[in-house]
Amino acid sequence: MALFSIPNFRIAGISACVPQNEERNADYSWITQKEREQLIKTVGVESKRVVSKGTTTSDLCYKAALGLLNELKWEREEIHLLMFISQTRDFMIPATSGILQDRLGLPKSTISIDINQGCSGFVYGLSVMGSLMNTTGIQKGLMLVGDISSLNASYRDKSTHPLFGDAGTATALELSPEAPLLYFNLQGDGSGHEAIIIPDGGFRNLLSKESFNYKKYGDGIHRNQLHIALDGIEVFNFSLREVVPNIKGLLKYTGKELSDIDFVVLHQANRLINETLRKMLKLEPFKTPYSIQKYGNTSSASVPLTMVSELGEQLRDKTLQLLLSAFGIGLSWGSVILQTGGIICPPVIEYEKP
Amino acid sequence: MSIEAFIRNVEEEFDDLKPGILKPESTFRDALEWNSINALIMIAMVKNEYDYTITADDLVKSKTIQDIYNIITSRVKE
Repeated sequence: MALFSIPNFRIAGISACVPQNEERNADYSWITQKEREQLIKTVGVESKRVVSKGTTTSDLCYKAALGLLNELKWEREEIHLLMFISQTRDFMIPATSGILQDRLGLPKSTISIDINQGCSGFVYGLSVMGSLMNTTGIQKGLMLVGDISSLNASYRDKSTHPLFGDAGTATALELSPEAPLLYFNLQGDGSGHEAIIIPDGGFRNLLSKESFNYKKYGDGIHRNQLHIALDGIEVFNFSLREVVPNIKGLLKYTGKELSDIDFVVLHQANRLINETLRKMLKLEPFKTPYSIQKYGNTSSASVPLTMVSELGEQLRDKTLQLLLSAFGIGLSWGSVILQTGGIICPPVIEYEKP
Repeated sequence: MSIEAFIRNVEEEFDDLKPGILKPESTFRDALEWNSINALIMIAMVKNEYDYTITADDLVKSKTIQDIYNIITSRVKE
């Protein structure tokens, strides 16, 4: 297991931006009224935010970053690392991080890197940012994490369309000699890469006319090869098998107990998965905040979005022990234990199409 | 655990199911108006109550409530 700690490194600020446009699952007319009620109750998504045509993840992250930098009062010239973590980039090529470096007015000396990671992206990203900043001595870095998965889902697929929402986040990270250690446990298993997949349009299965052909995969599940396919039972079983041992392994490594942790922020996969994990961990409901009812499953953005929307005030005012755990596409999963204190955290920002 | 207790647990999870209708020999796909969400509800209940994770393969092999119960009891004993 990849168990390790990172010193001298803290979250200085965090912000999130969601599209203004709200879609309510009560209005999802592809399925029956009864199915909608069951879906909302079990999966937990009442509404979600979806981008309008032409808006990208990087637009949402840009807006989140502007809001954050305004409050942080960081000079653009001080930021020498920018990481964009997403599976919904602006172009096939080039990478999106460079575009954001230019748009945000960061200097040419900024290291800009894209990482292709979904649900686990925020936790993985923290470890990469912390490692890189420690080895390079870069004092200030920005990590932009988000996805617009709504564009990947077929409207006629009840297993994906009602689940996914869109969001972009920005996290400001800095080296800080007195910061307490961050503890990580990162894992993955590529044998499960087909559990959540868009089969065509990459270089394994090139885009073809057939890519656009719709097929029926089950009752209410119609999609083509460019849509996201999600094997619900596989993903559910993977989550129940791997997440709790990962968290317990991390706690053992750090010598901490769950009672030392103020909040366990889980990736907002779906309410049933998260409630089952919560019960397996014997946690009281208030310890695992939810944003899925408002924003759906926002892939890589879900952990930071939940922090901003559900814990924003406490992140600003208090010192908190947090355990963040994220799991999904890859398959990839990981947890981090960190202490936050007095971080800049503006309320969730809404994106209006300019 | 008994099959009666198992049925009571299933009844608690599925709101539309009137008590007493579900029998060991009931075909769960018909009795529970089976869909993918119901599969997840069943998996979650079994994990919480019996600490066993039902697989997709287990569901394919099962027709009746008794079949699922048998799989759980054989695995939990192991």
